[in-house]
Amino acid sequence: MALHGSYFLPHKATQPIIGSIGLFVLLAGFSNYLNGSDIGPTMMWVGAGTIIYMMFIWFAAIIRESIGGLYNHQVEISFKMGMIWFITSEVFFFAAFFGALYYCRDLALPWLGGDTPGTGVHSTHQFLWDTFKNVWPTNGPGHIGGNEEGEFEPMAAWGIPAINTLILLTSGVTVTWAHWGLLKDNRRQLIIGLALTVLLGFGFVFLQGVEYHEAYSEMGLTLGTGIYGSTFFMLTGFHGLHVTIGAIFLLIVLIRSLRGHFSSHNHFAFEAAAWYWHFVDVVWLGLFIFVYWL
Amino acid sequence: MSVSAIHDDHHDHGPAKGLMRWVTTTNHKDIGTLYMVTSLIMFMVGGAMALVIRAELFEPGMQFVDPMFFNSMTTLHALIMVFGAVMPAFAGLANWMIPMMIGSPDMALPRLNNWSFWLLPFAALMLVSTLFMEGGAAAAGWTLYPPLVLQTGAAFPFTIFTIHILGVSSILAAINIIVTILNMRAPGMTLMKMPLFVWTWLITAFLLIAIMPVFAGAVTMLLTDKFFGTSFFNAAGGGDPVLYQHLFWFFGHPEVYVLILPSFGIVSQIIPTFSRKPLFGYSSMVYATASIGFLSFIVWAHHQYTVGMPIEGELYFTYATMLIAVPTGVKVFNWISTMWKGAITFESPMLWAIAFVVLFTLGGFTGLMMSISPADLQYHDTYFIVAHFHYVLVSGAVFAIIGGVYYWLPKWTGRMYDERLAQLHFWLTTLSVNLCFFPQHFLGLAGMPRRIPDYALQFAEFNAWSSVGAFIFGFSQLIFCYIVFRCMSGHGEHASGEVWEGASEHGLEFTLPSPAPYHTWETPPNVH
Ligand code: HEM
Ligand SMILES: [Cu+2]
Repeated sequence: MALHGSYFLPHKATQPIIGSIGLFVLLAGFSNYLNGSDIGPTMMWVGAGTIIYMMFIWFAAIIRESIGGLYNHQVEISFKMGMIWFITSEVFFFAAFFGALYYCRDLALPWLGGDTPGTGVHSTHQFLWDTFKNVWPTNGPGHIGGNEEGEFEPMAAWGIPAINTLILLTSGVTVTWAHWGLLKDNRRQLIIGLALTVLLGFGFVFLQGVEYHEAYSEMGLTLGTGIYGSTFFMLTGFHGLHVTIGAIFLLIVLIRSLRGHFSSHNHFAFEAAAWYWHFVDVVWLGLFIFVYWL
Repeated sequence: MSVSAIHDDHHDHGPAKGLMRWVTTTNHKDIGTLYMVTSLIMFMVGGAMALVIRAELFEPGMQFVDPMFFNSMTTLHALIMVFGAVMPAFAGLANWMIPMMIGSPDMALPRLNNWSFWLLPFAALMLVSTLFMEGGAAAAGWTLYPPLVLQTGAAFPFTIFTIHILGVSSILAAINIIVTILNMRAPGMTLMKMPLFVWTWLITAFLLIAIMPVFAGAVTMLLTDKFFGTSFFNAAGGGDPVLYQHLFWFFGHPEVYVLILPSFGIVSQIIPTFSRKPLFGYSSMVYATASIGFLSFIVWAHHQYTVGMPIEGELYFTYATMLIAVPTGVKVFNWISTMWKGAITFESPMLWAIAFVVLFTLGGFTGLMMSISPADLQYHDTYFIVAHFHYVLVSGAVFAIIGGVYYWLPKWTGRMYDERLAQLHFWLTTLSVNLCFFPQHFLGLAGMPRRIPDYALQFAEFNAWSSVGAFIFGFSQLIFCYIVFRCMSGHGEHASGEVWEGASEHGLEFTLPSPAPYHTWETPPNVH
């Protein structure tokens, strides 16, 4: 087919409705589970399975069309722009949690500690917890969570987190190196670079698992450990989830590379995965500085 | 950049048959129709809830519903109108019109487009089903403030996840719209030649991408606070309930602009056509829209003046909020200048547009009053607020949508609507909307609080008027449903391609035949 210069428009898409049903069943199931109903977990499995199936057939269709040469340059630009704006929306999702961290550390906690320059003492401090002193990290004046005495140990920056920083930074280099290989049509470099990146990615997730285990079993640090535990686990947890997704994404790109799907001028999936990976990387730097270090 | 389109089913170029056509469609016109019809249905559902509220408030004392259910009604009414009626209507108009206006064969990402729509009915189902759950639907107001909202019963997680699904839907739609506008324009359709409806949607889409994830994050924190022991909004753990308000309004204030910017766009399409003049101050309109978009991100805490904020914050948010009136004023003056010395005719779309300009401006003025922090201590959480946002949302956003439907319905269906019925619809709606909401200003100034099913005796008369207005308004919309249904089912005079005299000079869509063929601009037009 001579399709150059034409914008490809797919018809009769069955994937989206499957995705909607899957998401509905998953979330309704999760709600039921949270409400203590027995069918919750079953619904969650069914829903999650449906979503995975949907992703599988959706991406399969895209790959088929791409390899079939149906996409012209303009379609590729649409995909690229779409990915960039999707990542932007993810940035704002993380911004909400970073915002929560800053708000609590810089405003809410000082007020709770009675420190409101120029306007006298904050009444929450005065009437509820007049002995509370604001020192970060904290689980609040009520000593929420922590061990039996309501105490906990914060996560130090220079152990596993520092190693993980190194891992992610290195993986940023390896994925770029793989990209250079792809641009030179050097398959060996592409595949070694990608494989290393995937390994580093899963290595990161593994180490974070070790860190979480330690926090829960030895440090009295859990999701329920006041505002420190909340922000710590929600930020690093969502980030870890994104690393996992990114690593799976890269793994699929690796498999596709092994099958020779990409060429030096046609490799949107590779680029999308790499952008996603860099995004995850940058978020981590923010985490390392503001959650672990400062 | 040249766009010509190919389809993966070269043989049948029309729509598929039966119900599956609507489920699997990737056609921007089909999806536009789906959005519009869903929006109309949800408008009626949300409207019915409003009438429950107004029936209860018709006279003092407790009449029909218990207080908890009353508050579930205010909560669901707002959520449904915002996310189920107004936003889908805009998305429907975007789907129908943006490709036709910029000379593109379809939206840039057609499969994703289908998904953006088909998430909505599931979200609606989930939300409405909470009414039947143990403990009733969420009753803490559409803002879902903790700690109150954490007392919701079984409905709680369903409500949170509804927000998540709606968020995914909006973000995907916004991505699609941005990519379509940036990547799919016909040759010669430069950014500064785009119709204003396209411009306003472009900026709206940026807002959506920035705010929906923050809202999703905020409600996720509500969920973990309730079920997983986090302390985001719990002062004993070092968190702060006010943090939720900041997150919510960082979303919420830009959100109200999501609800109005596309309306600005629609009105900017209608007024030039019926004034038979080009839009006055096109580029200032674009810059004003962009400024409003930017400013909307830095004024959010004007919703929180009474909650306790450092004095610097009160001052900053007061001045920043007032600033928004400047670009908004630019727009209003441009619309008026467009009409100035125009050869104006008053077909229905124009009536709605003019009513929009007048009544929206009124709502803008009350907004300005409330932006003054010390004055807002009096207005906050009273019926004055309710009056303000219904002027900007009903006689603003909804009026523009209805005007847009009358304006483009002949293009979509190929049939002219019944002008006399439409005029009746307009006058009934406009009179009743004012009867309903104008007295609420005075109720609020006199101290009647919002979200409470009973009130002191001195408020009785104005409340009765307001309820009468609300019922007339509600039932007048049945006329609208009838008019639209007539056109959709192929009744009425045939519409010409241009539809309105001289309209082909005001937009590419009016150079196409009516009804617009299933596929348009498969070879792009050349725009001069
Ligand atoms: C000149 C423009 C505007 C200004 C200065 C303004 C100002 C304000 C202020 C200060 C409040 C908070 C009042 C309070 O709760 O005490 C408010 C509430 C509100 N505004 Fe506006 N506003 C403007 C335009 C709009 C527009 C265009 C919309 C939507 C289309 C809108 C929708 C709302 C809504 C829904 C609320 C109430 C939210 C709630 O508490 O549930 N406003 N406005
Ligand atoms: Cu606001």
